[in-house]
Amino acid sequence: MSGAGAYVFWFAAFLAVLTAVGTVAMRSAIRASVALLFHIISLAGLFLVLHAQLLAAMQLIVYAGAVVVLFLFVIMVLGPTPDRSADQRGLLIRAAAGGLMALVMGAISFALISFAPPMLPGVTACPPGAGAECGQFGGVEALGGVLYGSAALPFELVSVLLLVAVLGAMAVARGHSSEDREALKAKKLAQAGEK
Amino acid sequence: MELGLGHFIGLASLLFGIGAVGFLVRRNLLIQLMSIELMLNAVNLTLIAINRWMPGNHAGQVFAFFNIAIAAAGAAVGLAIVISVFRLKKSVQSDSVDLLKH
Repeated sequence: MSGAGAYVFWFAAFLAVLTAVGTVAMRSAIRASVALLFHIISLAGLFLVLHAQLLAAMQLIVYAGAVVVLFLFVIMVLGPTPDRSADQRGLLIRAAAGGLMALVMGAISFALISFAPPMLPGVTACPPGAGAECGQFGGVEALGGVLYGSAALPFELVSVLLLVAVLGAMAVARGHSSEDREALKAKKLAQAGEK
Repeated sequence: MELGLGHFIGLASLLFGIGAVGFLVRRNLLIQLMSIELMLNAVNLTLIAINRWMPGNHAGQVFAFFNIAIAAAGAAVGLAIVISVFRLKKSVQSDSVDLLKH
């Protein structure tokens, strides 16, 4: 995997890291979600380098088209919220936890990038003499065949999962606010008094 | 320069680390949810990269597909919880949710 793929990899990897840091570090949630959008687009580019065309398209449709828009809707519904928490307890331990995690992950990345040899020969994934089906790796036909073949049952179960998630989200988001609850309690008390 | 599997795994672990740091350090519930999405995406990148180096089957890509579906469901439920917390507390800071702490 050299040539054009390598250039796309380095560009998309740089963009992915930059926008991931932006997502985490942005002070306002709306800027963070726009950074997340660009992160998802650059990850779709990486998926294309890895010959996962269908998943790259799905990444764009599901994440960029649905999840980020959902985030933006929620930010719009909530409106401007107080930016900083007044509670500054545990600031030191939080910074220490973050620094430790960054150190561990940085060490793993460094070790993998600098010492790991390519695990398998044949980086191009299709060794010379391979059949035509290898060239279609990750395409709609090949991946769809697996999804409707050996993975058909979990694929159908995903629809049940999404249905349950939608119903659960509606049930959780429709709850009463504290004022509503007070009003409801007062009403019940008044009714009990009448009797 | 030849690209190896280590490049992709290293990048994915870096992205996972950034997401984990964001989840630990930030106190805005929305940004914590976005950090969870960053971590899920890093795992997807790992699965797809390993599948590319073992192209005999599509197991990694199928797992990544289910991962995307589960992440979408998780985002929907998580954002519903954020809305519910905001109704109750008038705040989206996760340290305002401390009912079980006292």
